Amino acid sequence: MSELIDLTAAQAAERISAGEIDAAELFEASRQRAAADELNAFIWVAEAAPNGDGRAGGPLGGVPVAVKDLFCTEGVPSQSGSRILEGYRPPYTATVVRKLADAGAPLLAKTNQDEFAMGSSNENSGFGPVLNPWDRRRVPGGSSGGSAAAVAAGLAPWAIGTDTGGSIRQPAALCGIVGLKPTYGACSRYGMIAFASSLDQAGPLTRDVTDAALILRHTIGRDPHDSTSLEFPGTIELPNAEDLKGIRLGVPEDLTGAEGGIEPGVMANFKHTLALAEQLGASIEPCRLPHAPHALSAYYLIAPAEASANLARFDGVRYGLRVAGDEDLITMYSRTREEGFGAEVKRRIMLGTYALSSGYYDAYYGTAQKVRTRIAEDFRAAFERFDFIVTPTSPCTAFELGAKVDDPLAMYLNDFLAVPMSLAGIPAVSIPSGLSDGLPVGFQLAGPAFSESRLLDTAHALERAIEFDGSPARA
Amino acid sequence: MLDRAQVLHVARLARLELSEDEVDRMAAELSKVLDHIEKIRELGLEGVPPTSHVVDVVNALRADEPTPSLPREVILAAAPEPVNDGFGVPSPGAA
Repeated sequence: MSELIDLTAAQAAERISAGEIDAAELFEASRQRAAADELNAFIWVAEAAPNGDGRAGGPLGGVPVAVKDLFCTEGVPSQSGSRILEGYRPPYTATVVRKLADAGAPLLAKTNQDEFAMGSSNENSGFGPVLNPWDRRRVPGGSSGGSAAAVAAGLAPWAIGTDTGGSIRQPAALCGIVGLKPTYGACSRYGMIAFASSLDQAGPLTRDVTDAALILRHTIGRDPHDSTSLEFPGTIELPNAEDLKGIRLGVPEDLTGAEGGIEPGVMANFKHTLALAEQLGASIEPCRLPHAPHALSAYYLIAPAEASANLARFDGVRYGLRVAGDEDLITMYSRTREEGFGAEVKRRIMLGTYALSSGYYDAYYGTAQKVRTRIAEDFRAAFERFDFIVTPTSPCTAFELGAKVDDPLAMYLNDFLAVPMSLAGIPAVSIPSGLSDGLPVGFQLAGPAFSESRLLDTAHALERAIEFDGSPARA
Repeated sequence: MLDRAQVLHVARLARLELSEDEVDRMAAELSKVLDHIEKIRELGLEGVPPTSHVVDVVNALRADEPTPSLPREVILAAAPEPVNDGFGVPSPGAA
């Protein structure tokens, strides 16, 4: 079974349907590998295959999937990386997790994450940091750090996470795997423990672009339980492009210039990848996104504001932690929240509450939502001339544990290149594009809303040309 | 710039009982973040409509049909203090 680790999920599914691998054996092998995890990538690992058969009959072949902790899974701990929800086992399952199980990808494990998805290093987890399989002294990125590390290390065939301002793409980049944030509304948010509802979006973290397309194909669609979800126009095709003839790529100077603080090694790799794209037939030209450099500021008002409202529900009444306050109800609320939330979550609740408070709403939240409109307009204008916008995914490679925990602003700047696409609600994928000083670098492609099939096709042609070798992380 | 009094006011609104250390740290950290963020207030944004939904969606209507909810005992199983088929809490008026 040891060679299973070198298969992509799609390849494993093919071997299962050809009768070469038994789905139950694959589940057990995956389960044992996950249970032996030394990266702290998991918060919970299944003890046995569901119904004993792994549902090998579905189109996903029975290949088990690791799921970020914040997806509600019936009867299975779902804590969003927070001690305030320690031991919480929800009475229902998130739509995307149910859809994956129905399509033949049973739940393998729940992955570690930054608390309530707030972080870019996974150091904000209430259950300890995740280690990067390329170098265990370094962070895997965040907030879907457990999902990224698990897939990169071969501890799970594939995984899902969520992306609010880069939380799928940035850890995928730092761990050398593929991460896709779909169009806002493409996948139901029902059963995702909410962070910022106008931005949160579920998506795949996978070994290659084909695996990402497969997960996306089976998770899209309107859900009556999420009124912001949308019927996806068309279907998700499996990528097969081998060249980029006729594809116009725009490089936004506003993001890739000095203000982005992109490390020299990351920039060198980005230019090398652009040259490869050109060899494949793509045209590459600079483009403008004049408001994109302000995306980070708008994001750090909008996301905390929405979080401060969403996290009001954690008050010690209906689920999770309660710290006894004999005095009165408000003391009980305040003590429970003080003890249950970690430092970053408190910081964002405070920032968001301030931005929404009387007298400041227009100046902060209102202004940020106007900037958001401008950013979306910038992208729409750019997509009249270009098929896709490309940037490095993250300004830096994986940094050392502890390097940025005491400087919230430095941590937030990790999201500089990922947040504009989140605010515009458009799909963006990160693919591994090589190494810088032995650490993975990610290449980001973003397209118009619902362009996922073409986006993944383009990413696939590049992936073939790059020939990234992820095997060192699985050693 | 946020001072201690503002931090305590916002903490009360957010139902967070911050420790003394946290109040000082929060004032410094939030001030630094807000200094960075405030640059967007210098952009000319008069007449720009605020974003509501990023994909052009005007309304999401559905039929108003009742569907079964989860049973009461299933929901109460997760409650810290279930009391008489409800959620037990300290008295709101005690203080």
